[in-house]
Amino acid sequence: MKKRQFNIAVTGLNAIDSPGPGVSVIRALHEAASFDVKIIGLSYESLEPGIYMHDIVDRTYSIPYPSAGIDTLLSRLEYIHEKENLDVIIPNFDAELYPFIKLEPKLKGMGIHMFLPTLHQFEERHKVNLNDFGKKYGISVPHSKVIYDLNTVHSLPSEFSFPMIVKGKFYDASIAYSIEQVKSYFNKISAKWGLPIIIQEFIHGTEFNVTGLGDGKGNTIAAVPMRKQYITDKGKAWGGITISDEKMLEMTRTFLRKTKWRGGFELELMKNKDGELYLLEINPRLPAWIYLAVGVGQNIPEALVNLALGENVKPFTTYDVGKMFIRYAWDMIVDREEFEQISIYGEL
Amino acid sequence: MKLRKNVAVSEAGLLFNPVTGESFTVNPIGVEILNLIREDKSPDQISKAIVDKYSTDQTTFEKDYDDFIGILYHHNLLESHEETTI
Repeated sequence: MKKRQFNIAVTGLNAIDSPGPGVSVIRALHEAASFDVKIIGLSYESLEPGIYMHDIVDRTYSIPYPSAGIDTLLSRLEYIHEKENLDVIIPNFDAELYPFIKLEPKLKGMGIHMFLPTLHQFEERHKVNLNDFGKKYGISVPHSKVIYDLNTVHSLPSEFSFPMIVKGKFYDASIAYSIEQVKSYFNKISAKWGLPIIIQEFIHGTEFNVTGLGDGKGNTIAAVPMRKQYITDKGKAWGGITISDEKMLEMTRTFLRKTKWRGGFELELMKNKDGELYLLEINPRLPAWIYLAVGVGQNIPEALVNLALGENVKPFTTYDVGKMFIRYAWDMIVDREEFEQISIYGEL
Repeated sequence: MKLRKNVAVSEAGLLFNPVTGESFTVNPIGVEILNLIREDKSPDQISKAIVDKYSTDQTTFEKDYDDFIGILYHHNLLESHEETTI
């Protein structure tokens, strides 16, 4: 029987030292058993490598940054939809999720499906609300404080001991060992991502991540835990291995059951030497290492597309433990004309 | 004393703890000792098996064995503290 074909637009085609999940999501979609795909890349910058990966991305369109406003994004998506007849969009950046969540009803009216967290879920899990989130759902989180003003930094040692983590509202985190370092990271991170800055208690231990998918009704459709084996200066996993930790999976199921999370996610967890788990962060999207989940038997992007299209998806119940991913940077040779095409015309 | 049941030990000497994701390497005698632990042999039986097979004396082996067991505990690869040392 011929498989259905969907036109799926994917963002996050970048692959710098903090790589976007787009290319991994696209690889997963090409391996979907339940459908075939035509992939439409959506890019913000002309040097995102996914734009030039013609073997896995059929066509790419540039889209405006979220700061340009929702209406600008909508009109660009309308244009792309007219050309490509999109069935599904998978946004892969935290910073773009707000406009996409806002646009979800309108896009649905145009026949474009997404499977995103609700605005409430998106806001509630935000780093700035992590303390309240932990209290509300009975999940252990490190103590954190939101600061808007450099002057409040001096009062931090009464509440936190060194080292402490200085985090940006969307991305970036640094470990500070002195007030001077806190100030320096405050300035650096706020200049890039804006205010507020989050100060978080430093938990000594080992970092783990869980990626998965919630169906929006409290059910766990997929969950794969991973230990980072090789970590870059930016704290990104460049290698990792799947593990089998029932406590971690239970925490994931609790998170999904209590929040009724809708969509893909990544939990960042820390396990201290006593084996206690702390939830450091909830990323409201699939992670860059999502292809590992596919490699161990859970094609989460495929399941996400099927949920977006309103189909019944059976939860994954198993995955291979002890399988690793090792990331590799690949230099592509690209004709200047292609760069010109995406830079000037916004399409390739 | 038991090796945690889900800890995998390959013939070549790679130990993988699927709960923590940690892996370790041990030498061939380490693999042999781990296999004897898996077979529920007591520390005395393990000592006898190794001392009979290799050119080492009991005192030297037992010191090394205790160190080895200590490392296994440290990395949370053993289940209980009973009958740890010889």
